Amino acid sequence: MKGLKFLAQHKQFTLFLILALAAVAVAVFAPWIAPKDPYDAVMTDSLQAPGDDYLCGTDKMGRDVLSRVIYGTRTSLIMTLCLVAVIFVLGTLVGILAGYFGGVMDAVIMRIADMCISFPGLVLAIAIAGMLGPNMVNAVIAISAVSWTKYARLSRSMVLKIRKCQYIEAAVSTGTTTGNILLKYVVPNMITTMVVTAATDMGSMMLELASLSFLGFGATAPTPEWGLMLNEGRTYIAKAPWLMIYPGIAIVIVVIIFNMLGDSLRDILDPRQE
Amino acid sequence: MSKKQMGKRFLQILIVLMGISFFTFGLTYLSPGDPAEIMLSECGNLPTPELLEQTRAELGLDKPFLVQYTTWLKGVLTGDMGTSYSFKVPVVQKLSSCFWPTLKLAWMSLLIMVVISIPLGILSAVYQNQWPDYLVRAVTFLGVSVPSFWIGLILLSIFGVTLRWVSVSGGSTDMKSLILPAVTLAIAMSAKYTRQVRIAVLDELRQDYVTGARMRGAKEGTILWKHVLPNAMLPLVTLLGLSLGSLLGGTAVVEIIYNWPGMGSMAVKAISCRDYPLVQGYVLWIAILYMVINLLVDLSYNFLDPRLKEER
Repeated sequence: MKGLKFLAQHKQFTLFLILALAAVAVAVFAPWIAPKDPYDAVMTDSLQAPGDDYLCGTDKMGRDVLSRVIYGTRTSLIMTLCLVAVIFVLGTLVGILAGYFGGVMDAVIMRIADMCISFPGLVLAIAIAGMLGPNMVNAVIAISAVSWTKYARLSRSMVLKIRKCQYIEAAVSTGTTTGNILLKYVVPNMITTMVVTAATDMGSMMLELASLSFLGFGATAPTPEWGLMLNEGRTYIAKAPWLMIYPGIAIVIVVIIFNMLGDSLRDILDPRQE
Repeated sequence: MSKKQMGKRFLQILIVLMGISFFTFGLTYLSPGDPAEIMLSECGNLPTPELLEQTRAELGLDKPFLVQYTTWLKGVLTGDMGTSYSFKVPVVQKLSSCFWPTLKLAWMSLLIMVVISIPLGILSAVYQNQWPDYLVRAVTFLGVSVPSFWIGLILLSIFGVTLRWVSVSGGSTDMKSLILPAVTLAIAMSAKYTRQVRIAVLDELRQDYVTGARMRGAKEGTILWKHVLPNAMLPLVTLLGLSLGSLLGGTAVVEIIYNWPGMGSMAVKAISCRDYPLVQGYVLWIAILYMVINLLVDLSYNFLDPRLKEER
């Protein structure tokens, strides 16, 4: 009941939560929703315009664009979730360590973070993804390598603030172990802000992954991935415009849903920020 | 900024540059594939083991990592970043020939961005929570959610394929072919920048001196143009500087779409061919540019905000 009341009070959040769950459902149930096999190449039906048989047309290999777009939700969501999870956990952990223990560890971690932000992120991401070899895992590694600093800096600054509070002093003087202090007092007091940051980052991270795939440093053929599909369709810009319309629309819709969800979550949990 | 701070800043820049050069060099070392083999396969013939050994020795690839790094660093300090494997020209020459088109593109898109986002941001702040504000916010929201490569493809198919105003193949750097890539980059950035302008102007409008001016009976227009905007410009200059920096490194996607012969498309080609010297040179060059721009932005504060000088 409490949950329902919460949802009724925050209509915008509820709406986008439902839409986001719908996107997740499309990803999970892709085999049942997609009309055709996304890998099934029918060479005789190459570059067919949208019509009765193929609702969104076919690509140069004669694969159904609609099915590929639907399966693309899977690729995109899984990659984005992994990426955000990695930078969230890694960045927060590193930030807590740097902030709570200070000293040499803090200095080294923050200098590395300085190095990462004194540099346009995409350049480094392209260099890392390209040099490690193009595939989805390396794309996630590359973007994680340039994005964790934001979380590390944020969590470090929050830990520094929390550390000065009296309840930490009380915990230390009553002999609470460091592990318990971190788990029971520090983390619960900062987790909300970190979650809000992660939620608002989902959309832009999805766009960055798609850009890397578009440049050829992310997903590799024949994986159905929106950025990669746009890159493959680029050659047929005059002959087959549907190849670039549908994957593009899919990206925009999903990114808007996650951006709105993140924004409304921030408004609920952290109203000070606006 | 005092002299002491300047010194500290330069030291910091040097340390970061050293770190970045070490990191890039290490990255190419870690990556799979043998540079000698890649270089020779570029010529089209299968290399013999003897030839591979010989090339490795020539490139110094048989030496330990640190020795290779020091040799490379010595070269960089004397202005020699090695020779590109795929273009067969010195890296410095390739970088400088690709630099100007990218700079041209960056300036043009920055100009378009300023023209779009400053009026929109001010409009949205002045009419806060009224329909112009809602409209601008909706448009900027859409702007940050649309990938720039998709905007690029759509613009190209409208103006290149349907209307035939520009050539789809690209390759030239004249004014006519500059417009579309510049607009594509500007659209994506304008959305972010408009939001920042809005926030900056709103922050100033909340200040006490604005209330004071209103109570004295100053006209709203005078307050906005004479008091609020000059004060709101300060944070915007920082953002403009940062945008230029990230633009110089972030044009790759748009350069690829429009086949613009700049650094971004060169870097993507270089990485695809595993042209290590060129990639290393590119990353280092971008890092230097980015840091110099950030330094200039910080220095400009002394002129824009005299208060900072007094405080220190």
